[in-house]
Amino acid sequence: MKCHSRKRTTTGSTAFQKFRTILFLLVSFGLTAFLPGLSQAQLRVDISGISAQQYPIAIADFSGEAAGTLIADVIRADLTRSGQFRLINATGAALTVDTPIAFDEWRGRGADYIAYGSVTRGADGRYEVKYRLGDSVKKVQLDGIAFSGTEKELRRVAHQIADRIYEKITGVRGVFATRIAYVLKQGSTYELQIADADGQNPQVALRSREPVISPAWSPDGSRLAYVSFESGKPVVYVHHLATSKRTPVANYKGNNSAPAWSPDGNTLAVVLTRDGLSQIYVVNANDGSGLRRITRSPLIDTEPAFSPDGRTLYFTSDRSGSPQIYQVGLDGGEPKRVSFNGGYNISPRVSPDGKTLLTVTRRDGAYRIASLNLMTGTETLLTEGRDDQSPSFAPNGMQVLYAAIQGGRSVLAGVSSDGRVRQTLSVLNGEIREPTWGPFLN
Amino acid sequence: MSRIVKGLTIIALAATLAACSSVNLDDKNASNTNVTDANGIMDPFNPNSPLAQRKSVYFEFNDYSVTEQYRGVVELHGKYLLATPAQRVTIEGNTDARGGAEYNLALGQRRADAVRRMLTLLGVPDTQVETISLGKEKPKALGNTDADYAENRRADFAYKR
Repeated sequence: MKCHSRKRTTTGSTAFQKFRTILFLLVSFGLTAFLPGLSQAQLRVDISGISAQQYPIAIADFSGEAAGTLIADVIRADLTRSGQFRLINATGAALTVDTPIAFDEWRGRGADYIAYGSVTRGADGRYEVKYRLGDSVKKVQLDGIAFSGTEKELRRVAHQIADRIYEKITGVRGVFATRIAYVLKQGSTYELQIADADGQNPQVALRSREPVISPAWSPDGSRLAYVSFESGKPVVYVHHLATSKRTPVANYKGNNSAPAWSPDGNTLAVVLTRDGLSQIYVVNANDGSGLRRITRSPLIDTEPAFSPDGRTLYFTSDRSGSPQIYQVGLDGGEPKRVSFNGGYNISPRVSPDGKTLLTVTRRDGAYRIASLNLMTGTETLLTEGRDDQSPSFAPNGMQVLYAAIQGGRSVLAGVSSDGRVRQTLSVLNGEIREPTWGPFLN
Repeated sequence: MSRIVKGLTIIALAATLAACSSVNLDDKNASNTNVTDANGIMDPFNPNSPLAQRKSVYFEFNDYSVTEQYRGVVELHGKYLLATPAQRVTIEGNTDARGGAEYNLALGQRRADAVRRMLTLLGVPDTQVETISLGKEKPKALGNTDADYAENRRADFAYKR
């Protein structure tokens, strides 16, 4: 962790008292050129509230090619969305990757950091993107790297640069180049879509006339497990994204649902009603073999989620009379109750460091995302919606993705894990359900 | 609890006796109980039949107990199933849109199972009855009013030919 003895924007203790709304359109006319044929899936990003600390940074348009402006736009949008950065105007800076940086001047403008770069296009049509990150307080270059890619890959390159900037400055790995999955319902059609973490570049993994719920990423990001009703009842499939090949891994009598991957990617926890009510089992993630029952209760046990060490499962059970979160060892033993606040706590999701549990909690008739500190038992309500559902952590644990109802429709929403910064990524066409944030790639 | 079971057992016995005594269900004169209508058409595929018209059991929020109000519906179908051993039925549990998809799937299953347990007590063999849950995924009422929610907290008797 680095020492930051520099000036930074600091807000009052309650960010929402000093409510500030930053609204911008991610899909500008220029960016749409990167995304041919996807105009119907444009996402709008609203951000409410600001982080306690914001790093002031200037990001100059990358020079050389028109694409340089677009790359800088994507980086700016990524860093702004995190809530941890404040953009300093760099209009007209005209910096190339070789320009000597006037650190004092940038510091005078309020920018503790300056990012800039150059884009060149080779004879083969491929782009080379060179970037630099300067620290105007220490007057040193913090980072510099070159990426190569096709025109279609430029957004990904920009996300990777944003990830490097984020990590160099905050000390935490960035998640801008990761992906998310969600179900988009349009009329009576359900699409399982995969998009970049900013909601852009959506790809359809599965299209169905019947409901699809509970998508879950394999730890290496190559597969999605999900529940499809296409055969008239819920069945769990594992879907290989590269080949679109899929395998039913739990198709027993009754319902099959709630898949959850073990951290090593070899095992899936699933919920079956083959022996009566919903109970938790594990199967081999490749072919569904090796069925083994984990919970034995005469009540509902569902929504398993592995702890990061792979040894225990958090799950939802109504054994106390109302749905609450419990934890059980994979080798059995007596489940231990984990949630105690309120009469309805469901959908457990563990943070990557294993210290925090997200739940959906019912308070005064509304469903909110709650964050439970597993060490202290302290609970924080992260959201203020009427029906917030399906929370998942970003792989660095800093952000939470969830589904919210806004203006009578289901939308994708995000909140920082401290609850200070909220954003909406809203699809203009259709209802977004069951979002889940994917793992780090590579 | 045991009183409820005892009560259900008595009802089950009564229902079994009633089913045994009704000679021919196609005979309109045989339908003299309060669970069949004037026509007494005991055919779930006939839209005028009480079996088609009274095929739903409704539930309270986050609840899966079959209330007194819907006991007659379950008994109606129980009688028919006892008298028609070759006919199978699927009980489909549903929930309102509030809450998580997976918990609602489990809740819908509990509702369907609660109905099946009553049928079992009435003497209907388990092999005749299948239970599935559609959770909140297949709402009959599409709005977000209390009336819409109530309509969707439901288990249906679904017959297949």
